[in-house]
Amino acid sequence: MACAVPAGHDRPTPQARDPFGWATVARPAAAASGRTERMSRDQALACDMAAAQAGDAEAYRRLLRDCLPVIAGLARAQGVRAEAVDDVVQDVLLTIHRARATYDPARPFLPWLRAITQRRAIDGMRRASRRPREVHDPIAYEAEVDRGPAPGHRLEARDRERVLARAVAALPEGQRQAVEHLALQERSLEETAALTGRTKGALKVNLHRALKALRRTLGSGSADRDEAAFRPGERGTHDV
Amino acid sequence: MSDTARTSSHDRLMDSLAGGLRPVRRLPGPAFRALAWCAAAVGLGLALMPFADLEALRIRMAVADLRYAALGAVLTAVAAAVAAFQTSVPGRASAWALLPLAPAAFWIGASGAGCLRDWAVPGADPADMHQTGGCVAFLLAVSLPLSLVLVWMLRRACPLRPNLTAALAGLSAAAAAAALLVPFHPHDATATDLALHALVVGLVIGANGLAGGRLLRRG
Repeated sequence: MACAVPAGHDRPTPQARDPFGWATVARPAAAASGRTERMSRDQALACDMAAAQAGDAEAYRRLLRDCLPVIAGLARAQGVRAEAVDDVVQDVLLTIHRARATYDPARPFLPWLRAITQRRAIDGMRRASRRPREVHDPIAYEAEVDRGPAPGHRLEARDRERVLARAVAALPEGQRQAVEHLALQERSLEETAALTGRTKGALKVNLHRALKALRRTLGSGSADRDEAAFRPGERGTHDV
Repeated sequence: MSDTARTSSHDRLMDSLAGGLRPVRRLPGPAFRALAWCAAAVGLGLALMPFADLEALRIRMAVADLRYAALGAVLTAVAAAVAAFQTSVPGRASAWALLPLAPAAFWIGASGAGCLRDWAVPGADPADMHQTGGCVAFLLAVSLPLSLVLVWMLRRACPLRPNLTAALAGLSAAAAAAALLVPFHPHDATATDLALHALVVGLVIGANGLAGGRLLRRG
């Protein structure tokens, strides 16, 4: 493969990437150009590797940096767990360094990289499977933290939503509108001003007061104070 | 690991690798290197040739199954060497490992036919234990240097499956040793003889797979 793409020239800029770390082409009619782009990327990587074989440290650094997302994507596709991907990436970088004399620039670069990555990913998974698992230890098994949601998690979440909804409903009209539009529905100040007929300054002040009141109401954790806060007529702040 | 820590650890490794970069001489293709090793084996055979009984060799080569067995050993040695060098380069198809299967089957078949002939033909000259022991010693003595040279050459590449590559190297060395034994084999093959040969070949492959695999992994 001739190095028609000079190193560092005409290299695609970072953008959306597919699972293998390659930039995806957003235009629907660009399937053919995507293939061409991938080929040119492969060619650029091959050129960088050829330069690295000749001792060009800058091309080598660029090559390794460009390989990072590809390696991580391939490792994930191979089934490597998220927390082990970095180990595989580093193992592959070291193997690339050791094997760089075996690369033939007349051949595409990506199959060479893919073979190394897949093998190192399998090695990593084998090592992990050989490692003693703490689930064999009864005490460790019992002490193991379940990363999944706790049994009452959804009930608690629903309770929290109900308490928050009551606290928001108990706010004065202007503050409630500010919280609902600006915080909960994430509308802009302009949109909210147009919808409520209040000025942007008033909305800001109302939101500030509302958050302060909610913090005071929900932060204490006292049921009595919660109840008191929800009682009509006991609103501590007023609208602007 | 946080994103920042991950990035910095990758950056450190890349800086370290790029910082110590030295130019490397590109390895020649696997087929070329396999042929280079075969040439070394042929050189060893030529060096041993003055000690061979060429007249007896000519008579034995007139027998079809002995000729085919020798041809099978040579083909197996070459095919296994090519397969070992191919599997030592990342990105080459793993199907290369299957290359020596057909010549090995041919080799085993032709050697087995020699045993049948020995049973069927009266007056054949079977080997005694002393001669068989000499053959085993020859096979081991020739396999060892051939294996060492092969593993040394393979270490320059980067076998991603070191045990497989080393086992193929063992098959190649054992087959080459069996081919080099032909000029020094003063008797017809027998079942015992063949079994011992197979045992030695298996031993060489196994030893290469274990020791060679470790050597290749460390390289």
